[in-house]
Amino acid sequence: MQHFYFDHNATTPVAPEVLETLVACLGQTYGNASSIHHFGQSAKQRLEAARRQVAALINANASEVVFTSGGTEANNLAILGMVRGAQQAHKHVITCSIEHPAVLSPAKQLGAEGVEVTCLRVGENGIVSPEDVRRAMRPETVLVSIMHANNELGTIQPVAEIAQIARQGGAAMHVDGVQALGKIPVDVQALGVDLYSVSGHKLYAPKGVGALYARKGVRLMPIAYGGHHERDRRPGTENVPGIAAFGAAAELAGARMAQDSERLTMLRDRLENTVLDRIPGTGVNGSRWNRVPNTSNLYFDGIDGEAMVIALDLRGFAVSTGAACSSGALSPSHVLKAIGLSDERARASMRFSLGRTNGVEQVDALADAISASVAHLRRISVHA
Amino acid sequence: MPEQPIAVAMSGGVDSSTVAAMLVREGRPVVGMTMQLWNQRRLPELAVEGATGRCCSLDDVYDARRVAEQIGIPYYVVNFEKQFEEHVVKPFVDEYLAGRTPIPCTLCNNYIKFDRFLEMADSVGAHYMATGHYARIRFDAGSGRYQLRRAVDDSKDQTYFLFGLTQEQLARTMFPLGELNKPAVRELAHSMDLAVASKGDSQEICFVPNGDYAAFMDAYLKEKGVSVERTEGELVTAAGRTLGRHEGVHHFTVGQRKGLGIATGEPLYVIATDPATQRVTVGSNDDLLSPGLFAKEVNWISIAGVAPGASVPAQVKIRNRHAAAAATLWGTDDPGRVEVRFETAQRAVTPGQGAVFYDGDLVLGGGWIE
Repeated sequence: MQHFYFDHNATTPVAPEVLETLVACLGQTYGNASSIHHFGQSAKQRLEAARRQVAALINANASEVVFTSGGTEANNLAILGMVRGAQQAHKHVITCSIEHPAVLSPAKQLGAEGVEVTCLRVGENGIVSPEDVRRAMRPETVLVSIMHANNELGTIQPVAEIAQIARQGGAAMHVDGVQALGKIPVDVQALGVDLYSVSGHKLYAPKGVGALYARKGVRLMPIAYGGHHERDRRPGTENVPGIAAFGAAAELAGARMAQDSERLTMLRDRLENTVLDRIPGTGVNGSRWNRVPNTSNLYFDGIDGEAMVIALDLRGFAVSTGAACSSGALSPSHVLKAIGLSDERARASMRFSLGRTNGVEQVDALADAISASVAHLRRISVHA
Repeated sequence: MPEQPIAVAMSGGVDSSTVAAMLVREGRPVVGMTMQLWNQRRLPELAVEGATGRCCSLDDVYDARRVAEQIGIPYYVVNFEKQFEEHVVKPFVDEYLAGRTPIPCTLCNNYIKFDRFLEMADSVGAHYMATGHYARIRFDAGSGRYQLRRAVDDSKDQTYFLFGLTQEQLARTMFPLGELNKPAVRELAHSMDLAVASKGDSQEICFVPNGDYAAFMDAYLKEKGVSVERTEGELVTAAGRTLGRHEGVHHFTVGQRKGLGIATGEPLYVIATDPATQRVTVGSNDDLLSPGLFAKEVNWISIAGVAPGASVPAQVKIRNRHAAAAATLWGTDDPGRVEVRFETAQRAVTPGQGAVFYDGDLVLGGGWIE
C-alpha cells in the first residue's frame, strides 16, 4: 500500500538537496570544528557557512546564531538562560496557554525556582492579544515568550506588536519560531525580537539540529557546561553534518518560500473546502485567517480522533490528532482546550499539515478517505 | 476494499503475540493494538524493584511493537486508561471496601476488552477481533447461538473470566489458542522466532504489583484523597466470642486461613466479613461449607436461560481455581437471577466472585455470587 504524508508539522522528510549536503559532510568533513588542522578547518568552514545561511533566512547577523540540538533546547536556552541570567531580585515572565511544552515546561521550572509566571489565555481564534500582554507587564517582567505560529492550529501571533510592548516595558522578547520558519517570512530585526528559536527537522533538514537567534548584546546564562563552543553559549562538539544540512535547508527554504507558500495554501484550502462542503458537523479550529499556509485543524463532531488517525493510517494517510509529542496522552490537546473547545470536540479534532511531498491528487484522495472514515465512525457511534 | 483486517489485542506476551503471528501466517490481514490501561507512574509507592504484575509497562509495549514489526503488521497503542479506571479499578476497590472479593479480569473483559476494544476495532475498519485467551467459540446452528467452550488445555482454560460475553461479542471474536495447549503455543512462538517466545507468563491481577491488593487499595485511596473510614474492628467467632482485633475488613477474604494474627488450637478460617459492623467472623473449615448460592446479573451464553421454577443440571465453578461441582440451576422469577444447589456442599462461597455454569465443555452462562 502507498502511504501519503500529511503530518509535516510533526516533522518533514529531508529534502534531496539537503540529503546530498548531509551525506557529503558525514563522509568527508569529519573533522572536529575546534581542531587546528586541515580537517578541523574544513569542518569549521562548513559550520560558519551554515551559520550564514540560517542567519540569512531570518535576517540576522551570523554571530547571533547559536546552534543547538533542536527547537526544545533552543527554547530552554532562551527561557532558562535569559531569566536565570537576569539581575533583578524579583522576576516575572509572561507566556501563553497555547505554547508548546518546550516553552511551558521551562517556564514551569522557573516557577519552581521562585519566578512568577503569567500564562495568558487566548481567544477562540487561537491568537494572543497584545493588549493582554500590555496589561500583564510589570516592572519586574524580564521576559515575554510568545510563539510565532502555533503547531496545532497554524495561527500566527502578533509577535512584532508584542515585542514592542515588551521592549517598552524593559523586558526581553523570546519567540518560539519552530513552526514558522520556512512557512512564512521571518525577519528578526523587523519583528524586533531578542531571542528566536528554530528547528531543522521542520524545514526538511534532519532531526537533532536547531538554533537560537540571540540578538547581539543579549546575555544568556548557560544551561549546560563543557567547552567554549558557540561563543560560550552552547558547549559540546558541533554536529557539523546536521548543521551543514540545516544551512542547506535554510537556503532552499528561502529560495522556495513564495512558491511553496502559494502552492500549499491552494492545497490546504482545497482540502478544507472539500471536507467542509461534504461533511456536516465539521469546522475549522482557530482562525482561518492569519494562519501558516500548510496547516488545517478540523473537528468532526461525534468521532473519536484517536480512532480516526488509525483508520486513516490503515488507508495510507498519515495525519495526527495534534502535537506528535502528546500522542497517546490521556487528556485532549491543551491548545484546543485553550481556545475553548469542549473535551468532546477536542477529542474529535484532527490536524492535517501539508508539505512539499503533497500534490492535488493526494489531497483529493485524503478528502475522500476522510469522508469515508467520518461516515463509518459516525455510523458506529450511533450503534454504540 | 481489501479483506477487512482482524484486530489482535496484543499485550506483549507470548499468547497474544502468537495469535497475531498465526493469523499473519494464514494470510489474514491483521492490525495489532495494545491497550494502555493503567499509568505505571501513578502510585509510585508501589513501584518496588522487581515487582511482578506490571500491566501496560513500557516493556510490554516495546515487546508488542517488536513482534508487530517482526511479522509486518500495522500496530497502534490505544489509550483506555479512563475507562479502565472507571469500570475496573474503581469497582475493584469499592467491592473490597464493601466486604466482597471482586474479579477485575471479568470486569475488564466485559467493559474493556470485548467492549471498548471491539468498538475501536470497528472504528478502524476491523470487524473481527482476536485475543490470546484460552477458550473456544463455535456457532451452534440448532440453537442459533454462539457457544463458549472450555479450552483444550484445561490448566490454561480462561472461560471462568469470560462468562459475561454477549452473543454479539462472541460473534465477532476469535480465540485461536483454544485448540492448543500452552507448550504447543510456546513451540509455535519459537518456530516463528517471535521475540517473546520465552517470556514468562503474566500472573495475578495486572495492575496490582506483587498481588498485594491491600497495599494497592491503600495507595489508590490515598491518591484519590479518600479518607477511608477506620475499618479496623473485631475478629469474632460465629458464636460471637471476640478473639482479637484486625486492621481493616478489606485485608480479609472468605476462606483465608493465613494472616489472621491469632493463635488457637484448631485452624481458623475467615467465614464472613461485614463492613457495616467491621467484623471479621472466623470459624472452622466446616463453617465454610455452603449447600448453594444465588447468582445475580446472570449472562446466558450457550443456552437462552432457565425458566422460573425450571431446573437444569450443571457443574458450577465458584472461583477460578475450583473444580466445577455438580449442581442444579433453578430459574427464579427474576430472569437475571439463578439459584444454584450443589450436590455436596462447597467450601468458601465468596460474594463478589463469579459463579460459572458448565455442561461438560460448554459454558452455559454465569453470574455474580450474591
